[in-house]
Amino acid sequence: MIDRRLLINIDWVLAGLVVTVCLLGILNIYSATTPYKIIGTAYYIKQFYWMLLGIIISLFICSLDYHILEDLSYWVYGLLLLLLIAVLIVGKRSMGATRWLNLGFFTIQPSELMKLVIIVTFARFFNNFQSAGGLTVKEALIPLSLLAVPAALIMKQPDLGTATIVILIALSMIMYVGLRWSTIVTFVCVTIPMFWIGWAYLLRPYQKNRVLDFLNPERSRLGTGYHIIQSKIAVGSGGLTGKGYIKGTQSQLSFLPEQHTDFAFSVFAEEWGFIGCLLLIIIYLSLVLWGLNIARRCNDRFGGLLAVGVTAMLFWHTVINIGMVIGLFPVVGVPLPFFSYGGTSMITSMVGIGLLQNISMRRFMF
Amino acid sequence: MKERRFVRELLESKQRILALSFVVGVAFLFLVIRLWHLQILNADDYHARSENNRLRFVPVAASRGTILDRNGVMLVSNRPSFSLAVIPQEVKDKEALLTLLSDLLGLDRVEMSERWKKNLGRAKYYPIVLASNITRDQVEIVEENRLRLPGIEIEMKPVREYTSKQLAAHLLGYIGEVSEKELDSKGFEDYNLGDYIGKNGIERALEAELHGNDGGRQLEVDARGRVLRTVSESFPTVGNSVVLTINALIQKQAERAFGDQAGAAVAMDVTNGEILAFVSNPGFDPALFSGKLPTDVWQGYLDDKRHPLENKALSGQYPPGSTFKMITALAGLQDNMINESTSVDCNGSYDLGTSTFKCWNKKGHRATNLRKSLRESCDVFYYQLGEKLGVDKIAAAAKAFKLGTPLGVELLNEKSGLIPTSEWKLKRFGKRWFRGETLPVSIGQGAVLMTPIQLASMTATIANEGTIYRPYLVKRIIDSEGKTLKETKNEILGTASFSKESFRLVKSGMLSVVNEPGGTGAMARLYDVKVAGKTGTSQVVKLRDSKKGIPYQYRDHALFVAFAPFEKPEIAVAVVVEHGEHGGAAAAPIAGRILRAYFDSKKPIHKEAVGLQQEEDEDKNTDEIEEMKKPSIVKEPLVNLDAAHD
Repeated sequence: MIDRRLLINIDWVLAGLVVTVCLLGILNIYSATTPYKIIGTAYYIKQFYWMLLGIIISLFICSLDYHILEDLSYWVYGLLLLLLIAVLIVGKRSMGATRWLNLGFFTIQPSELMKLVIIVTFARFFNNFQSAGGLTVKEALIPLSLLAVPAALIMKQPDLGTATIVILIALSMIMYVGLRWSTIVTFVCVTIPMFWIGWAYLLRPYQKNRVLDFLNPERSRLGTGYHIIQSKIAVGSGGLTGKGYIKGTQSQLSFLPEQHTDFAFSVFAEEWGFIGCLLLIIIYLSLVLWGLNIARRCNDRFGGLLAVGVTAMLFWHTVINIGMVIGLFPVVGVPLPFFSYGGTSMITSMVGIGLLQNISMRRFMF
Repeated sequence: MKERRFVRELLESKQRILALSFVVGVAFLFLVIRLWHLQILNADDYHARSENNRLRFVPVAASRGTILDRNGVMLVSNRPSFSLAVIPQEVKDKEALLTLLSDLLGLDRVEMSERWKKNLGRAKYYPIVLASNITRDQVEIVEENRLRLPGIEIEMKPVREYTSKQLAAHLLGYIGEVSEKELDSKGFEDYNLGDYIGKNGIERALEAELHGNDGGRQLEVDARGRVLRTVSESFPTVGNSVVLTINALIQKQAERAFGDQAGAAVAMDVTNGEILAFVSNPGFDPALFSGKLPTDVWQGYLDDKRHPLENKALSGQYPPGSTFKMITALAGLQDNMINESTSVDCNGSYDLGTSTFKCWNKKGHRATNLRKSLRESCDVFYYQLGEKLGVDKIAAAAKAFKLGTPLGVELLNEKSGLIPTSEWKLKRFGKRWFRGETLPVSIGQGAVLMTPIQLASMTATIANEGTIYRPYLVKRIIDSEGKTLKETKNEILGTASFSKESFRLVKSGMLSVVNEPGGTGAMARLYDVKVAGKTGTSQVVKLRDSKKGIPYQYRDHALFVAFAPFEKPEIAVAVVVEHGEHGGAAAAPIAGRILRAYFDSKKPIHKEAVGLQQEEDEDKNTDEIEEMKKPSIVKEPLVNLDAAHD
């Protein structure tokens, strides 16, 4: 099934960076979950399985020519919109939000899939949409509508983190395609009042609280602001060299919320210090730059758009997650790709990597 | 054409990739800068906060040292106070638990529920006191039903107990929560808000000894407040005990002798300065002060014309009246203005310039020598002597007795009294001294002021013929096992150097006051011991609250000073009865009873008979000390003590 020529062309830089982050992640999850009472398989072992499954999936995606996505994209997009609506109607409620859809044999999180689907959909759209000198306001309205519908549905669940990522991926791709200055100015003028409306009518109280807590963490020491404070304490107390593996007091004493998932980086920062963080950030930076490099080297527009979209997804996850953990962004429930514990995130990211591999490998095919 | 456009687009997008890469780089740089800020620049601060986070310190208050009298009679001790507490994290069904508690113990369910609610903000492992001061019976019921009451604990904390109620209240003082102002002052560096400290009396003056060292447990807890383990535990050290020079028997008799009258009495050991009794009447209940003082009680104390909260023995300054005549006499003898046989004719008054100074006896004492002048307290004798001496010579004699300065008793706020001199007047009022002003001074009136301690000290110095001992209250400091840590040695402040003959004359005059017909102090006489003394009646010159016109305020103070036995003095006593009018009638009997109690206490038989259940008490108290030493029972800092007095 896999062409021998393709195997030779495997992007080992990409693969190496991803596997390194995955392994560091597993190492970190081991530490982060030591204080947990574990029933059944340990988290780090599960994460290892997720990694293996992710690699298999990404290899599978490599084997297909990404160009078939061009034909499927709008169908997938439509299907996913239906799933998002279904989630709102029959979804599984947990923690005050409805995100999961039970498909009988397994549950899926359509909003998570939307991150990938929006990439494919936009790539397809812009590939066929040629515009000289950047998008005009009118031209931008179609992709923005394609974005607005799923974003609103995800927001409704509510899942602020995923909605934000979907929007940022889409905007990144629009920026890559290029906008006229007049378009940018127009959108800025429209968006600001929209934010106001969103704040006043769309955001749930807990979402508002999170934003307010971010702006002033001392507002509620035991509410969501507590998470930010505890995370900052964890990161800051790591110092230059960290407290040592499995020696982080903040994590070992469960002062951190969701420390094996969204706040995994705090655990790492506390135990490995600034040096460890720097190393991890350099790996992520390399990954993102490499992704952009793949986009640059790609000689077909659809592939380039896909690569930029996937890279944008990784980039925004990384920046928002780390930014959140170190108090630069509000707590929005965005995992750190390959690093945070969680199958959904792992699979989504691995699919993205599969796509990048695919594009990278096939750059010589034209 | 299409080809060219495609190529151009491609080039354009490649440029945009470069731009995006730049944006990515900047974004990551921000992350690194932020991490630098957190992990390098503020690492120490966050490290401290993380340490703080992990370890919770639960203080365990040390048991305060006890206060005993010179014979080991417990005056202030600690009694265990039990309270019912709940550890919220261990309770599954709060409502059911409260119902069960109110059924079993008859406690108010609503009140418990409210206390619980009030404390919800605290960590879940922190016990919440649901009911304070529960009885031993209730404790037993809880113990019996342990299994049905998960999360319920009985806490024991030491509560100050004033064994003899109001006995020596001013001397012992009371404790209260440390104020912020106190926290800022020197010596309180190790204290925390909510700590209890001595506020007054010995409790305050010997705070450093009594307080002990608080212990505590460092608990490792997680973010949910669950205790993971005890990291370290330091046991509190019980405070040291203070053994006073006071004899509780004498103290008790002295206070009883005052009855309802306001005043003060100090009894001192003539040979070393030990204070044997230290009375300020009326007293108050020191136990009330350690909690929330009921407003009506407080108001009652404030409204009382007798000023129960004032420590009159230490801070009360009274004109000594005729008790000062010994000083004037000694000054005269020293200066050879008078001798044993110098006689003055008293016709009831003495004229100086245009003023007339009256003797208390309007009829006059007629021919009066030194002995008679003391015995019958003739004022004219001293007017004449005083005029000859001048104020500064009288003052010099007083100062030879260290009057006009605090004598250095351990308690805070000892007043200095006042011995006027011409220099003092010039400084104070900018006016020169008038001769006429010397006359009241010579009989202890005018500006002369003395505290009861000074009166006692003066008498003791006369009795021992010149040695001024520092009056002291603390005999020794012992640790909780009874081992002596510090023993106070008597301290000689100075010598009042007057000739032996002068002292002999004055002392025999004092003997006649009590024992001879016509003597004003007959009521202090004892059947078995020769008492020497001197009465005093001092005018309340300043009329306080004169508008109200309450006669009590106008009445003279009654004073009496005495020492005994005359031949070989052991004890000196000073008694002031505020507005008691006549020293001989009001103060002398009290002095007599104090002396009686002193000499009775020396008899071995008596000790057992009256005994204050001394030995029994001691046994009980050592048990309690043992009990107090167990730190594990004291779960909460004394902060919540006030809850016990709600």
